[in-house]
Amino acid sequence: MTLEHQIDGPEDEGFARPDGNGPLGADLERRDGAAKVCGAARYAAEHHPDGMLHGVLVRAPGLGPVRLVNADEITAIPGVRRVFHDARMIRNAAQGGAGKAPVQGVKAAAYVGQPVALVVAEDFATACEAANRLRVEADGADLPVHPKAGEPDPDKTKDKTTGDFDTAFSEAAVTLDVTYTTPAMVSAAMEPHAAVAEWDGERLTLHGALQMLRDNKAELADCLGLAEDKVRVLSPFIGGGFGSKLGISADCVAAALAAMELGCPVRVVQSRRQVFEVNTRRTETSQRIRLAADRDGRLTAIGHSARVSNLPDESFSEPVLQGTAFTYAAPNRLLHSELVRIHRPAAGSVRAPGEAVGVTTFEAAMDELANEAGIDPVELRLRNLPEVEPGSGRPFSSHRLAECLTEGRDRFGWDGRSPEPRQRREGEWWIGTGMAAAVRVNMVSDAEARVTLTPDGRALVESDMTDIGTGSYTIFGQIAAEALGLSPDDIDVVLGDTDLPPGSGSGGSVGAASTGTAVWLACEEIRRAIAGRMECAPGNLTMAEGHATCGNDRRVLQDVLSGQPLKGHGKLAPGAAMKKVRQATWGAVFAEVAVSDVTGETRVRRMQGTFAAGRILNQRTARSQAQGGMAWGLGLALTEALVHDRRDGHAVNRDLAEYHVPVNADVPHLDVRLLDEPDDWAGPLGAKGIGELGICGSGSAILNAIHHACGVRIRDLPATPDRVLAGLA
Amino acid sequence: MKTQLTVNRTRHEIEADPRVTLLDALRDHLGLTGSKKGCDHGQCGACTVIADGRRINACLSLLAQHDGSEIVTVEGLEGADGLSPLQRAFLDHDGMQCGYCTPGQLCSATAMLDEVRNGRASHVTEDLEAPVTLTRDEIMERMSGNLCRCACYSGIVAAIEEVAAE
Amino acid sequence: MMPFDYHRPDSAAAACERGHGAPNSAFIAGGTNLLDLMKLGVMTPETVIDVSRLGLDGIEEQGEGLSIGATVPNADLADDPRVRARWPLLSRALLSGASGQLRNMATTAGNLLQRTRCPYFQDTDTPCNKREPGSGCSALGGEMRNHAIFGTSEHCVALHPSDMAVAMRALDAEVEICDPDGKTRCLDLDQFYREPGDTPHIETRLDPGDLVTAVRLPAPRGDRQVYRKVRDRASYAFALVSVAAVLRMQDGKIESAALAFGGVGTKPWRDLEVDLLLQGERPSDALFDKAGETLTQGAETHEGTAFKVPLVKRVLKAVLTEATQ
Repeated sequence: MTLEHQIDGPEDEGFARPDGNGPLGADLERRDGAAKVCGAARYAAEHHPDGMLHGVLVRAPGLGPVRLVNADEITAIPGVRRVFHDARMIRNAAQGGAGKAPVQGVKAAAYVGQPVALVVAEDFATACEAANRLRVEADGADLPVHPKAGEPDPDKTKDKTTGDFDTAFSEAAVTLDVTYTTPAMVSAAMEPHAAVAEWDGERLTLHGALQMLRDNKAELADCLGLAEDKVRVLSPFIGGGFGSKLGISADCVAAALAAMELGCPVRVVQSRRQVFEVNTRRTETSQRIRLAADRDGRLTAIGHSARVSNLPDESFSEPVLQGTAFTYAAPNRLLHSELVRIHRPAAGSVRAPGEAVGVTTFEAAMDELANEAGIDPVELRLRNLPEVEPGSGRPFSSHRLAECLTEGRDRFGWDGRSPEPRQRREGEWWIGTGMAAAVRVNMVSDAEARVTLTPDGRALVESDMTDIGTGSYTIFGQIAAEALGLSPDDIDVVLGDTDLPPGSGSGGSVGAASTGTAVWLACEEIRRAIAGRMECAPGNLTMAEGHATCGNDRRVLQDVLSGQPLKGHGKLAPGAAMKKVRQATWGAVFAEVAVSDVTGETRVRRMQGTFAAGRILNQRTARSQAQGGMAWGLGLALTEALVHDRRDGHAVNRDLAEYHVPVNADVPHLDVRLLDEPDDWAGPLGAKGIGELGICGSGSAILNAIHHACGVRIRDLPATPDRVLAGLA
Repeated sequence: MKTQLTVNRTRHEIEADPRVTLLDALRDHLGLTGSKKGCDHGQCGACTVIADGRRINACLSLLAQHDGSEIVTVEGLEGADGLSPLQRAFLDHDGMQCGYCTPGQLCSATAMLDEVRNGRASHVTEDLEAPVTLTRDEIMERMSGNLCRCACYSGIVAAIEEVAAE
Repeated sequence: MMPFDYHRPDSAAAACERGHGAPNSAFIAGGTNLLDLMKLGVMTPETVIDVSRLGLDGIEEQGEGLSIGATVPNADLADDPRVRARWPLLSRALLSGASGQLRNMATTAGNLLQRTRCPYFQDTDTPCNKREPGSGCSALGGEMRNHAIFGTSEHCVALHPSDMAVAMRALDAEVEICDPDGKTRCLDLDQFYREPGDTPHIETRLDPGDLVTAVRLPAPRGDRQVYRKVRDRASYAFALVSVAAVLRMQDGKIESAALAFGGVGTKPWRDLEVDLLLQGERPSDALFDKAGETLTQGAETHEGTAFKVPLVKRVLKAVLTEATQ
């Protein structure tokens, strides 16, 4: 049996709801934490089946048709088993949610760095040597590699107009017309993409570093021409994803086909440099933002146009304007986005695609407007909050931005701030504060989970859902414990195996809420069965402390089960709610920075984030997610930029020494406050996504603080010392 | 070639190609996969182990150079009575999310506290000749060789502060 | 990595002999730079000679100065109480580089000899005159940021990335070299490093089989020592610009000054004109500005490196101000 539910509105089908007193929401330790601190958690590359061979991917050194010059010579190296130059290999990682093969082929390189061969050897050292010795020649091709040189794709050009922007803009008392640019960025998860593939002659088993297993299984099967039921993917531990592991990656496909051809298990781990170029990056963007307001700072017109890029044949287009569409009211609106086709490594989802860069730039522009209009930045935002979603007129399922702004303001200690920049100095350091709103659309995904109540009174939660550091293991244990009246210690959680019911996967911040709701539904089914056995209405059943109670009938669970396990299967689907209301998550971020007047270096001294993302399922893991997002905002604002060579588009700084992920010393204590507010439109749990919200705006709190500190407005991100210095000089 | 070394108090003799790094030897030859490979180029710190009392990047060290060395990896941090104080504190302060950098963070923090006890200065130490006080800034600077992309730095620093205070 | 023979000789003489006899050999100690580049295929020695156990890891007093063994780990050198007290500049420079782990591995000589971080040098799929003489320079006309503005040529603009060596230049250090004939010679750092010219692949005056055995540090010429490094993140990043200063003040005047610069030169940079300009003068903003002008008058900049001129001037001024207060 399966209990299916689709979220059409705030009503439900009489499901139990968390009462707020149980284990759900509690500040609980990560249940997989002990394995992680002891080194016992095994990630993809750490599976080592007998007879395993080692594969290393080899890149195209240039664009255009590609040849392997000395494959025979390489194959003759002792220990080398084969050089694959196989048409099934993929050009780049699949886009998130694709569910089918990405572009395949090795005969021509669409971007420099495309994997075009796999060398397989008996040991890793030999495989690396062979990969180094393999000579690949590319003919070169005159293809555009710079966004300014690319042609906009007519299918990816979108305009959304409301009212009369031009007139409103020309007649406004206060206007702003600025262009921001954001560089290409990468997820740079700590675990490189890795796969260990085993083929038993019929079925492929792949240990991968992947976020969305049900899709990844379909993608891998499609790449290899296998039926989906001939593929099993396992990812019980994933060393971070941030979007880069949404789709099947080159290592997986290459390892799988090598294992099938050679009849031995094969491991392929991407080198760190490959991680930077063969998966998907965040596109660079160029954004023109035009704002018009009356004397009181009420927006009369919003214009936001964005140019992004991607490789030919990639469906993904960074939805830069996603947040702009609903954050602020203005009767006249002009939203334009376009995508140009260029030959840099493929672009795709990186943590909060759209808002991460779109909200960051827009919130910086709002700060500029606040300065122009002489209005406090918090107040400016409060004055422009819409009653309903602008354009569509849909109501919001919940709207907590005002509360985040005011609570954050108080917690940070914003009041009394001088509106003028360059007012505080400590030695050579300018001190300033800045703030930004944070918004992120909330999404729901199909998800299934199974819960088994075992005769000993414990429960087992199972799904192919992943935990990429998000806390899925822990949260699902809490959800099942809450629903079944057990302690979280009584719950076992098994995830990351496609032989289990298909969860949502980890992407778009949907994991905890969508698969978590499926877990809740599975438990609901069990509750209904128990109510049936006790001959009472499910609504009258209480489950607590290992007992089921209906009126005066109180039984120990073991008695209800009488030696047999009881299974529930939950299945969640998005429904009409997504169309009826605008559902989003909300936040406000405040930052204090110090900017050196000598060097232009910026140090973030403190940062506060207040967020509302529905019911918080675990205070501790949610806080960590929010902190992670805020630190990503810091990287976006100050340190991160993937540089592409102007001649052939290759990623120049493709390592962790030159691509600057924030280090410990960059990140001050990140104060996080979570406004717990079950959203009735989000299903029986009332939970929404929180994994991406923290990055959607926090970078601009820093950029705005830099301006407040030293008067320098950075519109080309990131605010590296040289750029700040150019403004100071 | 043969290399003899002690790992987590157990002696091993490993026959391997001279190109094998200490990290690959631990992971592939001894099956001690707690030490992670994040970049293989000394740029992330995920491979940090303690060699003869010093924290190092195992990825940039040849196994052959560790003939006779005593290595401690994350698998060797636990004491007789269970988790080390740092391991416990990382759990309490959620100093991890994906967990991939965690073993390196723990080995690094363990050895870093010894460095502080031995009076070693850091880039942010104000007076090179005065005793070192382990402030928050000191912890942040000293732990900057261990990247955490999940950015659990707040939790990591809190965990270390707690243990250092004991 | 390409295959290599690994040797662990038991004396410096044996190491030199081994290095002299093997045309394509490399000494290894800390390994932090060599193994990095071997994995990338940038360096492909067929013989690797481990010099980490030759007893070159001591720091000895030598007259008023110090002799620092070639394989003293950077962390130990920074921690040496004599260095902390009398050559704090050196401690500061060391502590501003790399990470705690890397400083435990990297050695004195290895630090001096570390190769450039130019991304094109590190990428065997792009031409590079330093890596493959005559193949061309990809940085010119490409993406430049961490590149040199002093000592460049039309063949190479690669930057020397060391912090330690910058401090050592300001401290007048000399490199002690043992050759395969068993002779020892000393070179100051200016002589030791070569500018790229039309042979950017030849970076030092070391001949095959020459082994750096120590760095000799004379008594400091000034008690006012400042090292300041600017970088893209707060820690664990190479210098955009760094300035090392060793000054002595007398009666409100600068009696002697030795300045060296990182992040700007094809070798750790020093400009004696700057030092001379300061000597005997009273500190003033105008003087410090003039020092910056003098330093940067010959700078060769490109789109991506132009910022280093104003940056190094500002940092120089701040460092001189701090050192003369």
